[in-house]
Amino acid sequence: MQVTNKLTPFFENLNFDRDDNTMVINFGPQHPSAHGQLRLMLELDGELVTKAYPDIGYLHRGIEKMAENMTYNEFLPTTDRLDYIASTSNNYAYALSVERLIGLEVPRRAQVIRTMLLELNRIISHLFFIATHALDVGAMSVFLYAFREREFAMDLMEDYCGARLTHSAVRIGGVPLDLPKNWLTDLSKFCTKVNYELEHTYEALLTENRIWKMRLEDVGVLSPEDALSWGCTGPMLRGSGIKYDIRKEEPYELYGELDFDIPISDKCDSYGRYALYMEEMRQSVRILRQLIPMYDKTEPKLMAHAPQYISAPKEEIMTQNYALMQHFVLVTQGMRPPVGEVYAPTESPKGELGFYIKSEGEPYAYRLKCRAPSFFHTGLLQEILVGTYIADVVTIIGTTNIVFGEVDR
Amino acid sequence: MRKYTPKDNVQKKSYYSDRFWVAPRVPTTEVEAGSHFEAVVNALSNVVTIKDVGVQIGQLRIVINATDNFKTLQTLRDACGYAMCSEISAVDYLAQDGEFEVFYQMLNLTEAQRVRVVCRIKKDEAVESVVPLFKSANFAEREMFDMFGIQANNHPFMKRILMPDDWEGHPLLKTYPLHGDEAASWYEVDKIFGKEYRDVVGPENRDPASVERYDSQRFSRVGYEVPFGAEIEEGKEEENPIAYSETFMVDYTTGTTTLKKRK
Repeated sequence: MQVTNKLTPFFENLNFDRDDNTMVINFGPQHPSAHGQLRLMLELDGELVTKAYPDIGYLHRGIEKMAENMTYNEFLPTTDRLDYIASTSNNYAYALSVERLIGLEVPRRAQVIRTMLLELNRIISHLFFIATHALDVGAMSVFLYAFREREFAMDLMEDYCGARLTHSAVRIGGVPLDLPKNWLTDLSKFCTKVNYELEHTYEALLTENRIWKMRLEDVGVLSPEDALSWGCTGPMLRGSGIKYDIRKEEPYELYGELDFDIPISDKCDSYGRYALYMEEMRQSVRILRQLIPMYDKTEPKLMAHAPQYISAPKEEIMTQNYALMQHFVLVTQGMRPPVGEVYAPTESPKGELGFYIKSEGEPYAYRLKCRAPSFFHTGLLQEILVGTYIADVVTIIGTTNIVFGEVDR
Repeated sequence: MRKYTPKDNVQKKSYYSDRFWVAPRVPTTEVEAGSHFEAVVNALSNVVTIKDVGVQIGQLRIVINATDNFKTLQTLRDACGYAMCSEISAVDYLAQDGEFEVFYQMLNLTEAQRVRVVCRIKKDEAVESVVPLFKSANFAEREMFDMFGIQANNHPFMKRILMPDDWEGHPLLKTYPLHGDEAASWYEVDKIFGKEYRDVVGPENRDPASVERYDSQRFSRVGYEVPFGAEIEEGKEEENPIAYSETFMVDYTTGTTTLKKRK
């Protein structure tokens, strides 16, 4: 029994010294394969995991509390810090729920740009997934190659919004900037590059790789019933053979007009999920290629026209007194959405990301709840890890693709 | 006279509000006849008493009694095909009504429809856990307990999840200030040394990230290094930086670093 005093406090009800043959090991929170600040307490019988207990909260920053103390526009850059691998999808999910709350129509050009950014972020996130997952399993070179392509994608993001990780590239009511010169040319070059590298580098290195298959096949098997019950979304749900993608089923932005397929895997294991991620990247490239010609056909308007909620264009503010007054009120007090509540689900690269916003008609949200996919995927770990071997733990953490910015919020 | 600030809601308030401003409301429509939502409402009304129902922004919102939450979710899952519980959380209305509003966000994957089940509970009341129905409620109810102090009865592991186990207070309550309360600011000191050491440590040292300028034992001073433990006070600092740090300092007048000059 652990002797507790003030310097060695009793943190958890765990006996590390056991009478039986089991051993308790503490995995993380600083383990390099823990994908951030995950602490896992594992009870082992030999090499078999008999109990798993994920302990989270090491990156808790109180983002939901901050949302109650910030105006709607102030909070938007904070959402970058949720899923910091693909920040634009967080910005977008937040902007979408506020837009639904106030009932805004976003101009078409902004929609095209947003959809492009969302898909680009999906590629960034999936490349990051394949890089870290392969690194965890032991394939170092895939990590280097995938990060090379991810750099190109982040260069594109940097060209657009000036930031590489914390983009804030979406605003409530539209996008702040038009695409820079030659961005679409660069994007189509990048699409070609990603498609080429997918086939000739990652899949060539991994798909038929004996070690990769041995480490991933039949590891982390998640039945469709469990996937539903644990609230798994995104690739975790589709990896269990359930065809549900919010982009298709509850379309937002331009996804209703675009032609793309939803890949699923009925093998329910990590290898199937890996193949799914690769196919999803192909579909993202397909979407991006359809979006490029759509851009030129749009009007140059970028922000929705709702001067009560969103500042009017600069020209109007400078020429019309009433627009200036409304802008002044919006800057000094913040927008006041109608009283009500909204939950807007979006398909982020990790799964269903949605913001529940309860508004009482004040400039500060009365309650904001961020439904983060990784939070529920972390909860799943306590069941999916039991019965596996200690060597597979890292593979399973990798395949859930959790990011601790959004687990802990 | 000191300005009155309400203690039951210490969150940020707008500095100005128009007395005559009536905030608009999000339109709530009735459930359309023949729609999927009508079938849901019919199925539920056989089992539980529905206090209020309406469609808000494309999603059905059903208000029920808090004691019926398990039965409602069971009916939704088994009879209406709501196979996933995406989110469970609460809203703090203690200041206005002395109640919490607990909501369950449900998803039907075949119909691609969402239902929000809402119920209200008084302070210190508990809800029945829905973990036997949806395992996703395991973490979600723990988070609700951690953030609001709402217990879920028969939960397999009702323990704090994001905050440390010995944390005082529940951070998402409206009475909890953004910067934390007194227990939060002394958390490390209380835990390591004990409450009686609050006076010894003092408020200026309780922050583990604080850097004391004149402490030469625990902190280094970039550019103005002094020997370990040297006694330095305000106004008695060394005038000239020592040679070690000088080599790396840039001479902006010539535009070349001293390091290059040495070569």
